[in-house]
Amino acid sequence: MSNLLDLLVAGLATGAIYALVAVGFTLLWQTSQTINFAQGEFVMLPAFLMLAVMHAGAPFWLAIILGILLSLLLLGFGFKLLLVDPMLRHGVLPLAIATMALAIGMKEAVKQFFSAEASPFPSIVPAGDVSILGRVVSLQSLGVLALAIAVVIGLTMLLNRTSIGHQMQATAQNPTVARIIGVPVERMILLTFLINAFLVALASLLITPIYLAKFSSGEVLGQAAFIAAIVGGFNQVRGAIAGGLLIGVVDNLAAAYVSTQYRAAVPLILLIVIILFRPQGLLGRPEERTV
Amino acid sequence: MTATAKYLRIALGIAVIAALIIVPMNFNRYGLYILSQWAVMTIAAMGLNLTLGYAGQVSLAQGAFVGIGAYAAAIMTTQGGMPLIAALGVAIVLCFAIGWILGYPALRVQHHYLAFVTLAFSTLAFLVFRNEDWLTKGIYGISNIPRPNVMGFATNRPLPFYYFCLGSLGIVSLAMWWLIRSPWGRAFVALRENPIRALSLGIDTRRYTLMAFAIGSALGGVAGTLYAPLTQYIDPVPFNLSLSLDLLMMVIVGGSGFFFGPFLGAMIAVLLPEWLRFTQGYYLMLYAVAVMLLLIYSPTGILGILDRYLAERRTKAASALRAVTKSRLETAP
Repeated sequence: MSNLLDLLVAGLATGAIYALVAVGFTLLWQTSQTINFAQGEFVMLPAFLMLAVMHAGAPFWLAIILGILLSLLLLGFGFKLLLVDPMLRHGVLPLAIATMALAIGMKEAVKQFFSAEASPFPSIVPAGDVSILGRVVSLQSLGVLALAIAVVIGLTMLLNRTSIGHQMQATAQNPTVARIIGVPVERMILLTFLINAFLVALASLLITPIYLAKFSSGEVLGQAAFIAAIVGGFNQVRGAIAGGLLIGVVDNLAAAYVSTQYRAAVPLILLIVIILFRPQGLLGRPEERTV
Repeated sequence: MTATAKYLRIALGIAVIAALIIVPMNFNRYGLYILSQWAVMTIAAMGLNLTLGYAGQVSLAQGAFVGIGAYAAAIMTTQGGMPLIAALGVAIVLCFAIGWILGYPALRVQHHYLAFVTLAFSTLAFLVFRNEDWLTKGIYGISNIPRPNVMGFATNRPLPFYYFCLGSLGIVSLAMWWLIRSPWGRAFVALRENPIRALSLGIDTRRYTLMAFAIGSALGGVAGTLYAPLTQYIDPVPFNLSLSLDLLMMVIVGGSGFFFGPFLGAMIAVLLPEWLRFTQGYYLMLYAVAVMLLLIYSPTGILGILDRYLAERRTKAASALRAVTKSRLETAP
């Protein structure tokens, strides 16, 4: 138990990153009925974009800015205009499957054009430890946790306290009525895609130093985001946040106390249990739509 | 007209079956392996087609069910000394039961949760395959898996084993054909076409969806039971999430909801790596892009395109006939 505090902080840090990805995933579902199975690969790609910019000789801070801008362009605009818009007329299911094909394509593209080897990635938080309550805690975990929390708070305030946020929520709840009262629905949906692109780019920036940049890392990240979104409540942004934090902590504790071999299994079992006993999620409410 | 088309179809079917039997006699070991793999993957894809094409649910665990079947066959034939037919029975029951247990909670909600639950199960199954050395021998795998004797005939050599796979595919195809034409099959089609109307007609959509998923999972187990003696060595690697995605792409490309979709999709998926060998590592990337483009153009795959073309031709013919009849009526008085 002497390492419990460090485990909790590290778990919360990882969980906060999962929360970012899960929030983006949930927003896409809410506003445009898009189930994005490539969400994990969306987190994988920005790190490689940033690495590519740095390979061209640019400093780290410029790579971050360009990486985020490229993410907005490719994973926001590009994703919506090239794949979601053409596919959505066919229904939710074909679109979900198209995102699976997209995930495969992205993974193989990075593998071919960059490298199949894992690459180290610099961290925006300096290395080192800090002492809290007599326990040593990683500064990187604390930094990541603080930054992720700040972004989540900012996003929550955007959604709940601004006019644009209210319009986005109106679009999510009932696009038809929102359109009638004058909300520019299409613009709100596009904004959601851009927010998702920004969130995954930020998550990529925060988590890649921990996990290394590798073409196959999207699979693990994607699963964590899906589990977080469902555990927290598929139709609730705050549920995705709670779900992400919970998954991060459970994952870390499982690795320490259960088994490193089965650490990935504990969140999966949690998912199945949640769906079995509380399908609307911890913070969700049963969704009822008129037929 | 209709009778001629029917006879033509029967003749075409007989020709294809004859080709599948005669042509491979000249193939080498590798060619026969590829064809056998096509037969095995088609069985797994047919199971997934039942889940996806007829019940409208995405399963990402079909690869795991193939793995369960393969391990059941490997363990029972090498360690238990039992015949493959016994392993087949165990695989079917096991996969059906797991499919039912897995599907029951997921299908209570309407957000395509089955995709996520099966995704989770896929990873869980892989972890079990890899870590439970006492049962699966972990990453070292199980080797020297024997091939079965069928009514006294040995299938150790490539050609007899190919015929064994082809025969198994034939049996599964007949069973699937019967299933689709039974009242169950009509219920499956009804809940795919319009779940709400099916519900109003008294069909228990949840139970039928669950049944479709469980049967589809069992067919994955059947495919796995054939896969083990095909390769004669199994380890966890082939049965990860990639196989599930590959099978899903097979169903989508060939045409989900069409009886022959899995055959076509499996052919493309198994043979494409051979055709595109010159592209080296870019093949999977190109394949993924092609799948996305196909989905944009026709979500029901290649057979969906053909079906649309034939429907349009039928419409044109009917319009022309109606115009001729109308002009005759006008000139009559």
